[in-house]
Amino acid sequence: MSDSYYNPKDLKKFEDVGEFGPELAEKFFDYYGAVFEEGALSAREKALIALAVSHTVQCPYCIDAYTTESLEKGASEEQMMEAVHVASAIRGGSSLVHGVQMMNKTKDLSM
Amino acid sequence: MIKSLKTISHDLSDPAYQLDVLNNYSESLRQQPKFKEKLEEIDLFPLRPTGIEIFQINVGYMCNMTCKHCHVDAGPDRDEVMTKETLEHCLEALRHSDIKTVDLTGGAPEMNPHFRWFVEQVSALGKNIIVRSNLTILTTAPKYQELPEFFAEHGVEVTCSLPFYNKSRTDRQRGEGTYDRSIEALKKLNKIGYGKEDTELELNLVYNPTGAFLPGGQESLEKEFKRQLDRKHGIVFNNLFTITNLPISRFLNFLLESGNLEEYMDRLITAFNPAAAKGVMCRDTISVGWDGTLYDCDFNQMLEMPVEEESPQHISEWNEERLNDREIKINQHCFGCTAGAGSSCGGTTT
Repeated sequence: MSDSYYNPKDLKKFEDVGEFGPELAEKFFDYYGAVFEEGALSAREKALIALAVSHTVQCPYCIDAYTTESLEKGASEEQMMEAVHVASAIRGGSSLVHGVQMMNKTKDLSM
Repeated sequence: MIKSLKTISHDLSDPAYQLDVLNNYSESLRQQPKFKEKLEEIDLFPLRPTGIEIFQINVGYMCNMTCKHCHVDAGPDRDEVMTKETLEHCLEALRHSDIKTVDLTGGAPEMNPHFRWFVEQVSALGKNIIVRSNLTILTTAPKYQELPEFFAEHGVEVTCSLPFYNKSRTDRQRGEGTYDRSIEALKKLNKIGYGKEDTELELNLVYNPTGAFLPGGQESLEKEFKRQLDRKHGIVFNNLFTITNLPISRFLNFLLESGNLEEYMDRLITAFNPAAAKGVMCRDTISVGWDGTLYDCDFNQMLEMPVEEESPQHISEWNEERLNDREIKINQHCFGCTAGAGSSCGGTTT
């Protein structure tokens, strides 16, 4: 066990995660690879979505990987920052929209 | 003005030191597989030509720019320029050869004092000519501003550097004001028909990553560049060539200063693609240095690794048959051309 829960070098070991269960890992990586192929969405758009989601789940490995991936796929800094703001807006908005529940309950309880 | 590594006598201006860094800079680099071993694994060692199709001439290291990633270490302070006598030797070799494509590079090739004369001579031989232009030179002195028309007159293919479709990233790599001047030059080239579908005037862009990462899919990047440049500036072009930055000269300096060398080499080596190795450009290209010395490629030229000793060493000793039988010299920098979809002066190789 390292001194830290997160070690940048561990990102490269992701592909070895099947060591304790190869069949499921193989199914996962096949699926994972297919998801990121050029499709109705371009590989660059998918990298930007992944970058946004990485920030939502606050996964350092994913942020590391999809920052590089976004750059490689030709995204600009502006596009990458906008993607992070999309994540931030949904995250913040998801808290705020629950304010309606609070308001409903408050109104139910109030004279 | 930013000075070249050579002018400031930087350690990395010594090719032997660069190769030592690539092989021995750290324990992790020492432990990396060697390029030779990777070729042996796929029965491609010794690497030999498939036949010379491209005659690439570096007509000099002088340039009006000093880009941060430049593998030539070119700049206004470099005075190595090919003489007319050496250009005559190139013409003599071309006269007796079936090689169809002549690729002019530098520095800024346009700054060679014999540039126009040489293009006219090569054009008269009926060869296809590619000029690797940095674009900004076409916006400087009047004699350079007239070049687009001159290129069109001789059917020259213009392949030019534009690392990104926006100002901030382009200027960070190539210097303040580069993007705006590049756009001005591209508009001029478009205006006289370059890059348009109904003309035969070919205009290609070269994309270099603006940092320690690899180029993504060439096709996808081309689409995005076309969309962005058309939307923002109404600019059109034919093809985008993605080129991987090789870890030599100024880009190697950047990798060392930014602490990215080991990880970048690891990425290049991990991404080694046997198909890209089979299609490397040194197999169908010969590179002529400013002083007439022959090299396997422009990168080997900058590392002062001339073609093997058994081959003709100088353009004045041109012998195509012997050159086609040579063993190509390799080292760790070669991983730059074999990563992912491969990289060459004409973009991906797979």
